[in-house]
Amino acid sequence: MKQRLVMIGNGMAGVSFVEQLLKLNPNRYEITIIGAEPYPNYNRIMLSSVLAGDASMQDIILNDWDWYRDNHITLHTGETVTKIDSAAKEVVTDKDAAIPYDELVLATGSLPYMLSLPGADKEGVIAFRDIKDCETMIETAKHYRKAIVIGGGLLGLEAASGLIHLNMEVSVVHKHAHIMERQLDATASFMLQEELERQGMRFLLQKQSDSILGDARVRGLRFQDGTEELADLIVMAVGIRPNVQLAKKSGIEVNRGIVVDDYMQTSEANIYAVGECVEHRATTIGLVAPLYEQGAVLAKKLAGVTVDGYKGSVVSTKLKVSGVHVFSAGRYEDGPGTKALRVQDDLEGVYKKIVFDHGKVVGAVLFGDTSESSKVYAAIRSGEDYTGREKEILFGGAGSPGGRSASPIDLAAAMSGDEIVCGCNGVAKDTIVSAIMERGCVSVGEIKACTKASGSCGTCKPVVEAILTATIGSEQVAPVKEGICGCTSLTRDDVVEAIRRMRLTTTKEVMHVLEWNNPEGCSKCRPALNYYIGMIYPKEHEDELESRFVNERNHANIQKDGTFSVVPRIYGGVTTPEDLKKIATVAEKYHVPLVKITGGQRIDLLGVKKEDLPNMWKDLNMPSGYAYGKALRTVKTCVGNTFCRFGTQDAIKMGIDLEKKFERLNTPHKVKLAVSGCPRNCAEATIKDLGVVAIDGGWELYVAGNGGMRVRAADLLTKVKTEEEVLKWTGAYLQYYRETANFGERTSEWSLRVGLETIKKALATQEDRDALNARIDVTLGQTQDPWKQILENEDLRNAFDALTAPVSSEAAASSESGAAYKKGGGQG
Amino acid sequence: MNEIIIGHVSEFPERRGRVVRLGELELALFKQSDGTVAAIENRCPHKGGKLSEGIVCGSHVYCPLHDWKISLNDGLVQAPDDGCVQTFPVFIDERDNVVLQIELKESKVS
Repeated sequence: MKQRLVMIGNGMAGVSFVEQLLKLNPNRYEITIIGAEPYPNYNRIMLSSVLAGDASMQDIILNDWDWYRDNHITLHTGETVTKIDSAAKEVVTDKDAAIPYDELVLATGSLPYMLSLPGADKEGVIAFRDIKDCETMIETAKHYRKAIVIGGGLLGLEAASGLIHLNMEVSVVHKHAHIMERQLDATASFMLQEELERQGMRFLLQKQSDSILGDARVRGLRFQDGTEELADLIVMAVGIRPNVQLAKKSGIEVNRGIVVDDYMQTSEANIYAVGECVEHRATTIGLVAPLYEQGAVLAKKLAGVTVDGYKGSVVSTKLKVSGVHVFSAGRYEDGPGTKALRVQDDLEGVYKKIVFDHGKVVGAVLFGDTSESSKVYAAIRSGEDYTGREKEILFGGAGSPGGRSASPIDLAAAMSGDEIVCGCNGVAKDTIVSAIMERGCVSVGEIKACTKASGSCGTCKPVVEAILTATIGSEQVAPVKEGICGCTSLTRDDVVEAIRRMRLTTTKEVMHVLEWNNPEGCSKCRPALNYYIGMIYPKEHEDELESRFVNERNHANIQKDGTFSVVPRIYGGVTTPEDLKKIATVAEKYHVPLVKITGGQRIDLLGVKKEDLPNMWKDLNMPSGYAYGKALRTVKTCVGNTFCRFGTQDAIKMGIDLEKKFERLNTPHKVKLAVSGCPRNCAEATIKDLGVVAIDGGWELYVAGNGGMRVRAADLLTKVKTEEEVLKWTGAYLQYYRETANFGERTSEWSLRVGLETIKKALATQEDRDALNARIDVTLGQTQDPWKQILENEDLRNAFDALTAPVSSEAAASSESGAAYKKGGGQG
Repeated sequence: MNEIIIGHVSEFPERRGRVVRLGELELALFKQSDGTVAAIENRCPHKGGKLSEGIVCGSHVYCPLHDWKISLNDGLVQAPDDGCVQTFPVFIDERDNVVLQIELKESKVS
C-alpha cells in the first residue's frame, strides 16, 4: 500500500517540492494538500505584475486544478489545519476532517507583519500578500486617490509601483534614511529613490507611524513627530514572519521559524518543513529560489534518493519595478578586511559595486545595468579566488594579466539555473536544461518547440545554443539541417529550387509534392512559400490571401487591441496642405484616437476599427504606404539642394523617383530606403537597406544597413553619376535580394550571410544588372494599389465587415426564415 | 440550445476568418479546407488577440499577435503554450446556410 503524504500549505515552495517528488518517484505516495486560500497554487511573486497590469490573475496560476487531478492529488482549499496529532499521526482541519499521514510536510509559508497601530483594524488598511489584497487594491484605486505604503523594502516598493500603475498618488513611509537598506548601500539606494521619484512615487523617510486616523474607513496616518498625511488606503509592507502558530501549538520546536536540520526534518519524527516557515541554521528566507533548493533536498529525501543536505543559500534579489534594474546579492556592505570595486556613472544612472573578501566575491550591488548579475552570482556561489584579477568580474578577462576571456559555453555553464535566458517568453536556464536532460532535446529547434526559448525575437538563440553545448557536449548536439520551419527539413534553397524545377505554383502543391509533415503547413512556411512562388512566377502566381499574415491581408497594421493603423503613402516625406487637410478630416471623421508622425516621414493614424478601414481609404483617396508589409516601406529624404545651403543634389526628387518606381514591391522582409543630399547625411541613409548619399557630381550607394534590432552601418556598394544609374543599381540590387534572401531575412543579415563581395559580383556587369532590372520590372508591372483594389472588389471589401445576428431567443427562433441575419459594421 | 443562421456559406472565404457578433459575444468563424465551418471565441487566451485574423492551417489557427496555435476542433491551445478558448457547434443546413448552435443565456455571461 502507498504511504500517505500530507502537506499543509498550497504555496510555491510546497507545490514545487511535490512536483520534484513526483518526478523522482511518482508512485510512492498518496498525496493530500491542504491550503487555506481558495485557489490552486499561484505565483505570489507575480502579484506585483498583476497590480502593474502586466499579467492577469489567470496568468499567474502555476498549477491549475487539472494538475492536481492528473497527479491524483487530493486537494482541500479554503480549509485550515487546526491541530497536528503527532502521536496518532493525523491532522485535524477547521472542517473537522481528520486526515491521517505517514509523512507530514509543513509548508505554511509566512504571514505579513502587521504593525499594531491604533486604528489598524479600519477599513482600507491591508497587507500585500495574496490575491485578495491585490483585488482590494485594484478595487480601491477605482474610487480613491491617495495611498500610503508603510515599508520601503522590496515588497513595499513593488506594492507602491503597482498602485502608481493603478493611477493612485502613492507615498512610501519608511523608518530608515534609505529605502531597501537591507539590499542596497546608500549610493544605490539614493539612485533608486531618484528613479522612483521620477516615476511619481513620494517618500517620507525616517518617519515612525503612530496611529491610523479615520472613522470606519481610514482617512490618514499620524506619525510620532506629530505630522499627519492623508490616505484612503494604507498598505502595510513592513515584512513577513514565518507562519509557525500551528507547529508551535503542536509541540514542534520553533524559534523564529520552524527549526529544521539539513534534511528539512523538524524536531518531530516524520514531520518536515519547507519554505518561508522554516528556520535553517538560524536563518529564515523569504525569497523563492532558495526555497526551491530546500524543496529539492526534501523531495530527494522523501523519494528515497540519497542527498547531500541543504547548506543554506546565497540570497540574491532583483526588484520587479518597471524601468528599474537593481540586483543585490550576499554581503554588499564594506566590512573589515573587504575591498570593493566600484563603478559609478551618474550620466547613465549606473552604479556597480563588487565586494571582495581576500580575493573572493562575497557580495554585490548593481543598479541601472544588471547584465553582469548572473556572472557575479555565479562567482559568489563558486567561491573562486579572483586575487590579482578582480576587475575581470566587471571588465572581462581580455587584456588583464593571467586572465582569459570566457567562451560563450563557459559563460552558459556558469549561469545560475534561475536566470532568465529568453526574456520574451520568460524561460529560465533550468527549464532549458531539463528540456535537454529529461525530454531529450538535442537542437535549438527542439528546445524552442519544448520551451518556447528563442521562439520570439530570437536574440537569445546563441545563449540557448551555448547552454545546449555546455549541457551535452558539442558532439551530442544534433547536426540538424534546419528546414524553413517545423513542417519540413528542406532549406530555403531546396524549396526554391524545387518550385523552379517542378513549376509548382501554389503553396498547396509545394507542400504536397515536397511531402510536408503538416498538410496545410504552419504560420511560418505558408507566407514564405507564397512569397517564393510570387517572386519566381510574378505573372502566373495568384496571391493567396489565406497565406498572408494579417497585416498584408488587410493592408493595415494590427495593434495589440485588435485595431489597425493606416499610413498613406507620402512620397519622399513631401506632403501638401491639401493632403494634410484630407488626413485631418479623415482622422476627425473616424475619431482616430492617435495621430503620429512616423520615423519614416509619414503620418500614422492609429486605433482604427477594421470595419472602418475601407471607408477611410476611400475618403483619403491616397495610395497605401505599405507600412505593414514585407515590402518597400519609405524613402526618407533630406531637403537637399532644394532649400538647404549645403545640399549638392536634389535629394527630394531622387527619393520620390525611387519611391514611385519601387512602391508596392514585395520583398523577403521590409525594405527601407533613404536619400541624403550631401555627406552630412541628414536622412540617415547609412543605416538603411539601401541608402543614397549625394556627393559633388554624383551619388554613393550604400547597402545592407540597419537601424533596428542590430544596428549596422551600411557598406558602400558603388558610386554613380546620374539619377538614372541610381534607379538601375537600386533595381538590380533589390531584385538580387528578392531572388536570393530567405523569407524574413533583412538585407543586413542577408549580406552578412552571402557576403558583400558576392552581391557586388552579381551586380558587376551592365548585362547582369539589365537582366535583374528586366525581372523586377515584370513584377512591378503586376502591382496595383491594394486599397483601391479592395474598394473596387465587393468580395474583398465585404471581408472587412463583421456579421451580426440577433441575440434574443425570440429573434433567434424567427431567424429560421433565413432573413434575420444582417451584415454591417455596427453592433447588432 | 438556440440555432442561429449566421450567413450563407458563400460569405465565408476558405481559411480566412470572419467575425460574428452576437450582442456582447464575439466569435471567429472559419471555413476549413474540407468545407466545414468552425466557430470559436474570438479572443486568444494569451493577450486577447483576434483569432479571426489568424492564419489557418488544417484544423488550427495561429493567433496574429504572438503566434499561439489553437485547435478549431476543441479550442485547446497547442504546446508549448497552454490554455483554451470556447468552441461552438456549427452546421450547414440544406440551403447552405451556416447555422450556429448556442445557448444564448450562457453566451451573454461569457
